[in-house]
Amino acid sequence: MRPGGVTSPGTTLENKTGAWRNFRPVHDNMKCKRCCEPVAIGRLERFVADWELEKGLRIPEKAPPTGKRVAVVGSGPAGLTVAAELAKRGHDVTIFETLHKPGGVLVYGIPEFRLPKRIVEAEVEYVKQLGVKIVTDVVIGKTLTVDDLLEEYDAVFLGTGAGLPSFLGIPGENLSGIYSANEFLIRINLMKAYAFPEYDTPIKVGKRVAVIGGGNVAMDAARCALRLGAEEVYIVYRRSEEEMPARQEEIERAKEEGIKFLTLTQPIRFIGEERVEQMECIRMRLGEPDESGRRRPVPIEGSNFTMPVDQVIIAIGQKPNPLVMRTTKGLVVDKRRGIIIADSYGRTSKDRVFAGGDVTTGAATVIAAMGAGKRAAEAIDRILRGD
Amino acid sequence: MAVILEKVELAENIKEIVVDAPIIAKKAEPGQFVIVVVDERGERIPLTIADYDRKAGTITIVFLEIGKTTMKLGRLGVGDEMAHIAGPLGNPSEIPENETIVFVGGGVGIAAVYPIARKAKQAGNEVISIIGARSKNLLIWEDRMRAVSDELIVTTDDGSYGRKGVVTEPLKEILENGRKVDRVVTVGPAIMMKFVALTTKPYGVKTIASLNPIMVDGSGMCGACRVEVGGETKFACVDGPEFDAHQVDFDLLIKRLGTYREEEELAKRLFLEEIGGCGECRSHS
Repeated sequence: MRPGGVTSPGTTLENKTGAWRNFRPVHDNMKCKRCCEPVAIGRLERFVADWELEKGLRIPEKAPPTGKRVAVVGSGPAGLTVAAELAKRGHDVTIFETLHKPGGVLVYGIPEFRLPKRIVEAEVEYVKQLGVKIVTDVVIGKTLTVDDLLEEYDAVFLGTGAGLPSFLGIPGENLSGIYSANEFLIRINLMKAYAFPEYDTPIKVGKRVAVIGGGNVAMDAARCALRLGAEEVYIVYRRSEEEMPARQEEIERAKEEGIKFLTLTQPIRFIGEERVEQMECIRMRLGEPDESGRRRPVPIEGSNFTMPVDQVIIAIGQKPNPLVMRTTKGLVVDKRRGIIIADSYGRTSKDRVFAGGDVTTGAATVIAAMGAGKRAAEAIDRILRGD
Repeated sequence: MAVILEKVELAENIKEIVVDAPIIAKKAEPGQFVIVVVDERGERIPLTIADYDRKAGTITIVFLEIGKTTMKLGRLGVGDEMAHIAGPLGNPSEIPENETIVFVGGGVGIAAVYPIARKAKQAGNEVISIIGARSKNLLIWEDRMRAVSDELIVTTDDGSYGRKGVVTEPLKEILENGRKVDRVVTVGPAIMMKFVALTTKPYGVKTIASLNPIMVDGSGMCGACRVEVGGETKFACVDGPEFDAHQVDFDLLIKRLGTYREEEELAKRLFLEEIGGCGECRSHS
């Protein structure tokens, strides 16, 4: 997904970093602790996209029509990439999106200050200019099944992401005032609840907000809460800052903005009458490394304490939404991780059905999803051409 | 975009619309719902599919104008479009065979219970229906319910029509008289469904309630609609909306439904000012 100029979405990162190698400020202080995302995609995207928006869109040459039709499920980074690639190769592509706006996590998840919506709109416009049809308000697994799509399309790509929020499973978690990060961010980003009542979707503005989790989504939610007008925002994380999965830059930004970090702390209960009022936590210490290689947090007995909170946002991770998996026969899934099994070219166990991005890996990055979309497009193109 | 093809004012603040939605009509089953966005600044709200016509490619929605969004929807006329509609969402109702089923519908919930009762009747079940409204002028779809019921009992809170009282009274009498009832299915305000569940529990009659929590996406993404059933957290949108009413924590549901009460009141007041209403004449709805 790339407006103009750059030819293939999967290579945008290389192209961008190549093209802008001399743009020092973008590269400085962008070191990731774990190599998941080597650069701050938000700022780099924004710089390049701004530059391209000014220069105007350039639509690349398209191959002659092949007469083959492909359905893409989901309009996030993986879906937009695979659609653009296949359209360029002459295939007739239709994207199906559950929500009323295309963009997937780019519109519902990533806040405006990290990725302005006009950039996403430009990316979507570019994909449309390539001839891709985008149909919103269609829930695959409900409105239509994958098997319905296979009757009309030569191939189906599943890029449905990781949109199912995880919860802690502790008492009081369903009290009013406790949000999943998904709900909190969807209300703000997709529904523009920050502009209530000009926009109809409301959101509560907490005074003392606890965001549970230490990933990029937790940082986004915390910074959004602050921007909505919260007086105090805490990141509550069960390990130490060293183990936080968020990128270093996001952690630093959050701290600069005044978000307080409460590490080695695990909520064990939420308390409240009509709404959440208190959070009981227990202090943790780090034990031996676990299967993730990070030191396992161990509760310190008797260290319980309660803190007053009036809003809690649970940001401890997302899994793929099972709607498509449950309604598609012959699709092999990893039940434990809730992901669709696919090889590096996105091929699933089901004939003519491909998958890529978070739905095959669990929650990962925009860049990884785009790469998966690019590889799947190559594989789909080969099969459609009968190679 | 979805065009409104027909519109009927069923009662004060209760409207029925028939919407052009062929792909939804094709898959719709009793018990399912749609998510509607009235205009581009609108919120996403769930509304039950009250009827569908696969051949004509239409679905019927019945709604109470209770807040800004439903009021905006109620102001759309035939030929107007709502910005977005998605569905059918949620799981279809389980339709048993050879059972005696009591359907209990309250307010606009009568329209939601109707397609379930109709399908149950078509499947050969004995259908007893109890429908209730605050008063006669707020009672909807009595004729439709009568057509699909072996027996129909109507109640009004003020006694202006049918039996005076609430729906749980005739329900209790049926159960007390020792009549064989295999299941009770209820749709209506959360407080009504809570009392239906409390009424049937001592008799051990299987009771199903269709829950109506706040939703955003309706597809399992946001968790706004989470409810506690048997101590477990469920998402009404993908795990429901129907659950074993004896296992549902209705008090929690009611608390969560009240999350945005202040915001809803504010939005409604501003909207009524904008459209020139006084804001008082509809305050009882």
